[in-house]
Amino acid sequence: MTGRLTRDDVVKVALLGRLKLSAEEIDRMTDQLGRVLEYVDILDEVDTTNVEPMAHAIELSDVFREDVPRPSLPREEALANAPNTDGRGFLVPQILEGV
Amino acid sequence: MSSAIIGATASQLLSGMERGDWTAVDVATAFLDQIQAYDERIKAFLHVDRAAALRQAETVDQKRRQRQPLGRLAGLPIALKDVVCTRGQPTTCGSRILENFIPPYDAEVVRRLREADVVLIGKTNMDEFAMGSSTENSAYQTTRNPWDTERAAGGSSGGSAAAVAAAMSPLAIGSDTGGSIRQPAGFCGVVGLKPTYGRVSRYGLVAYASSLDQLGPLANDVAGAAMLLEVIAGHDPSDTTSVDCPVPAYSLSVEQPLAGLRIGLAAEHFAAGLDPEVEAVVQAASDVYQSLGAVLVDVTLPHSKYSVAAYYLIAPSEAASNLARYDGVHYGHRAAQFDGLIDMYAASRGEGFGSEVKRRIMLGNYALSAGYYDAYYLKALKVRRLIRTDFDRAFEKCDLLLSPVTPTPAFKVGELIDDPLAMYLSDIYTISANLAGLPGISIPAGMSDAGLPIGFQLLGPPFAEEKLLRAARMFERQTPWHTERPSLRAGT
Repeated sequence: MTGRLTRDDVVKVALLGRLKLSAEEIDRMTDQLGRVLEYVDILDEVDTTNVEPMAHAIELSDVFREDVPRPSLPREEALANAPNTDGRGFLVPQILEGV
Repeated sequence: MSSAIIGATASQLLSGMERGDWTAVDVATAFLDQIQAYDERIKAFLHVDRAAALRQAETVDQKRRQRQPLGRLAGLPIALKDVVCTRGQPTTCGSRILENFIPPYDAEVVRRLREADVVLIGKTNMDEFAMGSSTENSAYQTTRNPWDTERAAGGSSGGSAAAVAAAMSPLAIGSDTGGSIRQPAGFCGVVGLKPTYGRVSRYGLVAYASSLDQLGPLANDVAGAAMLLEVIAGHDPSDTTSVDCPVPAYSLSVEQPLAGLRIGLAAEHFAAGLDPEVEAVVQAASDVYQSLGAVLVDVTLPHSKYSVAAYYLIAPSEAASNLARYDGVHYGHRAAQFDGLIDMYAASRGEGFGSEVKRRIMLGNYALSAGYYDAYYLKALKVRRLIRTDFDRAFEKCDLLLSPVTPTPAFKVGELIDDPLAMYLSDIYTISANLAGLPGISIPAGMSDAGLPIGFQLLGPPFAEEKLLRAARMFERQTPWHTERPSLRAGT
């Protein structure tokens, strides 16, 4: 189906997944993911011409409900698990230069 | 008294409490004592709050004394896989990233259980984010099989299965994305049921692969699974994939045998790699059904051999998306050292997730990435359709399918941990039911020469839970396997 997974592929996918990996982890993942990808190539044997993809086990149509205001989580409960908060919001590192 | 309590089934406990033989506090105390005595060795539980459990039991006793109305499972201890949110109590999902997470709300399943007046006895160990088949991917501990502590309890709901097998709880909740209720139930010799997709609300279930995840019961007998399913099943507006269809009175109908049952056997389920002892147990089970008047029908599931491959593209793709929420901002672990926002995400996730979770996030991102989407993800979704079509055709000829639940009895702890692919293949008999959205049940049905439980699986068409439970009970009534209990040793 596709070429063998390279170390560069793993580095790229780790960035996509926002995962910081050690050099040793990257080597191990390259090997292990490569073997899984070789295995899934057996799907190439299956003729899927004109087969509709099945994303879900039940055929879902849009589910609507009335837009009625309801109480939401109190602020202090919503912030209770935050790694960093000032009591009003979630604190994150500065993301804009020169502000 | 306590040995009678921990040896009892859920129905016996309920009627014992109704008669006044035991109070809910007696019952909770007996199970909590069992946990205290043996869990240091088994490692089924991640959190047990003895005082809180006893308070819930005391409330039930008080209501009973005052003749107030009681819920359907009043006073029954239930262990919860640590994948369901419990308000004010830790919910780690077996992950470091949620080590300090205290949910501000209850999962719908937990809400229903509280309404039924159960005693929540503790949260059970699991593979991190339910990714695994042995609980070895838990960031905290590896659950041991109560029948042989050198062996795995299975996974990912290994803690729930071991807790029931070791008589630390008569009932437990597990989740099943590729076999995670049925496989550990098989390894530990208990009953485990994965409901039809949409039967049980996923609200408050920490998401792994949302189109496959389903919560379900584990129990020390079929009737226990029936009464627990009856309470947790049903429509929930908070989960848009929850199906609005009536919930049968499973706990009443379970005792009624099915007449004219047609049981399908698929040749693909008895192929290479199946342990001869497991094959013999499944064969013996089909003989039992035949002796009860069932007709055996040969069916074929030509695409079943592709189910593991399809699953390991679909589930990781969904996981890659679902687990993007762990960003170190709203809740969960944040790294102490980082350089800028992107690095904060990457460092927090790199530290917080274990190897298997990282592998699946990477696999999912790869399968979804530009250039590979059609070849991997879309291809897998098309094969998924063919797998479902195979089942639809099979169920035109039979009512239920009988198959092994696992290819072998419980493997040893450490045996497969360095070979992810071999571990994935241990789910070969369970995984297609998740892809197709079908219900399945694992039932204890024999013992290996080495003294390990062996189960079999029944699969049904969508919403055939009632039939599965009745058929399972027909077998259970004829056989002694559900009464077998492991002998436990205290200590570590």
